[in-house]
Amino acid sequence: MKIFDSKSLVLAALGASALLAGCEMPPPDTVQNGYRGLQMQTNYNPRLLQESLDANIPPEPIPAAAPGGPKAKDLYKNVQVLGELSVGEFNRLMVALTTWVAPEQGCYYCHVNEGFEYDGIYTKVVSRRMIQMTQTTNANWKDHVADTGVTCYTCHRGNPVPQYVWTSDPGPGQPSMLAPTGQNIPSKTVAYSSLPYDPFTPFLSQDNDIRVIGDTVLPQGNRRSIKQAEWTYGLMMHMSDSLGVNCTYCHNTRSFYSWDQSAPARTTAWYAIRHVREMNNDYVTPLGEILPDTRKGPLGDPYKIYCTTCHQGAYKPLYGAPMLKDYPSLAQPLTAAEPEANEAPAADAATEAPAVEVQAMAAPAEEAAVSDAPPAEEVQTAEAPAKAPAEAGAASDEAAQAAPAAAEMQYPPPAMMQYPPAPLVYPPAPAPR
Amino acid sequence: MAEYQNIFTRVQVREPAYPGVELPKGELPRLGKPGFNYWIGKFGDAQIGPIYLGWAGIASLICGFVAFEIIGLNMLASVNWNPIEFVKNLFWLALEPPPPAYGLSIPPLGDGGWWLMAGFFLTLSILLWWLRTYQRAIALGTGTHVAWAFAAAIFFYLTLGFIRPLLMGSWGEAVPFGIFPHLDWTAAISIRYGNFYYNPFHALSIAFLYGSAVLFAMHGGTILAASRYGADREIDQITDRGTAAERAALLWRWTMGFNATMESIHRWAWWFAVLTVITAGIGILLTGTVVENWYLWGVKHGMVAPYPSELTVQDPTLLQGVSQ
Repeated sequence: MKIFDSKSLVLAALGASALLAGCEMPPPDTVQNGYRGLQMQTNYNPRLLQESLDANIPPEPIPAAAPGGPKAKDLYKNVQVLGELSVGEFNRLMVALTTWVAPEQGCYYCHVNEGFEYDGIYTKVVSRRMIQMTQTTNANWKDHVADTGVTCYTCHRGNPVPQYVWTSDPGPGQPSMLAPTGQNIPSKTVAYSSLPYDPFTPFLSQDNDIRVIGDTVLPQGNRRSIKQAEWTYGLMMHMSDSLGVNCTYCHNTRSFYSWDQSAPARTTAWYAIRHVREMNNDYVTPLGEILPDTRKGPLGDPYKIYCTTCHQGAYKPLYGAPMLKDYPSLAQPLTAAEPEANEAPAADAATEAPAVEVQAMAAPAEEAAVSDAPPAEEVQTAEAPAKAPAEAGAASDEAAQAAPAAAEMQYPPPAMMQYPPAPLVYPPAPAPR
Repeated sequence: MAEYQNIFTRVQVREPAYPGVELPKGELPRLGKPGFNYWIGKFGDAQIGPIYLGWAGIASLICGFVAFEIIGLNMLASVNWNPIEFVKNLFWLALEPPPPAYGLSIPPLGDGGWWLMAGFFLTLSILLWWLRTYQRAIALGTGTHVAWAFAAAIFFYLTLGFIRPLLMGSWGEAVPFGIFPHLDWTAAISIRYGNFYYNPFHALSIAFLYGSAVLFAMHGGTILAASRYGADREIDQITDRGTAAERAALLWRWTMGFNATMESIHRWAWWFAVLTVITAGIGILLTGTVVENWYLWGVKHGMVAPYPSELTVQDPTLLQGVSQ
């Protein structure tokens, strides 16, 4: 036919290929994770999934050390955390740690020539604290890491600094006459949406309320704003992106807030947020005292942990490979008799923080007894913002003072106080007419 | 009349350009020398111009330009006046309303004040343009249907950016100016207020919106199909029903048992279009002011289907003895 001349055919073929270029080949596989018919499913492109699987293979475990023998603390000096291990197991762990964290740099990445016991290099102090963090994680945060646990490799993957870390983001340079909004610039952290590009400082370092949705039919005093919802949304975009899943992996999207319709993964994620916050505030941020500027962001806060740090696109880091079972020394703090004693020497490394920090850590245990002690009280206030929305502003101010880390970071910068996430202090509801 | 069977009409109008009837005394002149454009002729009348702006039109364009400049310069400032970054990030850039903490007070310019000012000039511009559509209809001696349809859309615009923020007591509730940012805002308001899927006015608005598209296709298709019998002379056919109107009516009567008429189809279309934005505005007005969580509202009113739950997950904050 005349209308199908060669020119039209070429054009039609070009148009069709342009359309098809938007398609992913091969067709995706779906995994159902909710009641049927709800589209609660995770979509996987088999080709991309295979790439991700290949990139997430853990290294072969080092053969177990012969049992028995003297303890590391008896043979070596200045072994503060792993002293209870046998010398064989201690050395095995050191070798493993080197291959996980500093395979190219070797032992001297963390040790100095004068002797292996000296703390003369910051990386040694940091590694000690990181080992404590790993042990605490595996012992206390099973709601997040289960019995699979984590090792240094889960995050480091052969890099001295994990590939995926975050620091407080002051945003692009702006004239001082504009208050930063903390959003509206393309950012990988929130999957290239225009949502707030640093949802980590308010949620994974500070403990601002993530929940914004009202749980009543009619308005009853929930004054959280749409802007605030965008901060939560930004965090959720990050979680979805870093776990390689969509919203329905945790939520039934017809009602994001309803726990009774959510997938069990949401509980894990809830604990994960608290876990990451604890790691950032109790372990990483205090190390800012000794970390060099090359390990810090533009606002001077150290590289911190978020979901991608471990998950790297997998719903379980390393797709759930149980590395920890081969390294039981990382499964819990080793001086089980005196867990508190473990923290003290390490806290000494961070010169200013320790007093407040130890008090804050003691608070949960003694909440009832010492609620009139100022630090503990402030921590408590900050922990229950949802119950007192009217006092939320005051509480978050107190929290900023109470957390030594937050005060040092100077975040948000003063001009930004109106914004993330304090924008969020809403005026009271208009008076009823 | 075979020409009319194509989507793009094959008829190119090449009469001497028509400047329009004489204007009454005291009116500003029409602007521009009429010309013809072949490609425009493919879509409609090939004659371009003259245009009548008048005082309202000129004021509207000035106000619109002011708003456009405020928004654009704020976006440019937000990338530190870098034109390359501006072009690269244009779809992400925005002029945000003030933080909610300011309530309804006037914030500093750099912290939402510019948004307020841009909103003021944009609103003024739109209202003046509305005045123009009204005045031109009167000047032509026609009804003011177009102006009132436009007014319905303006009602929706004002609801989003002015009326609802007033009721909520905070400018921060309003929509940012920006391409992706206003879309993210749209998703965020639905999430914040418990899912607009269960907002019945949202549902009505979608029904009217999609219905408008269906009606437009049905009407356009019918008239094109019967234009070989003169259906394109729709107004003639209303009062002096000819074979085109009969055939168009019979097509739908035989297809679905009921048919609109040459005139009523236009009332159908007008109301569908107007109700799209009116219902949308009502849905926004009720959100946060009257209803806090549309999902729970749906549960209360029996709109929500329950699912069998094999595994009930509990809110961890309600469990005893967990750290927050």
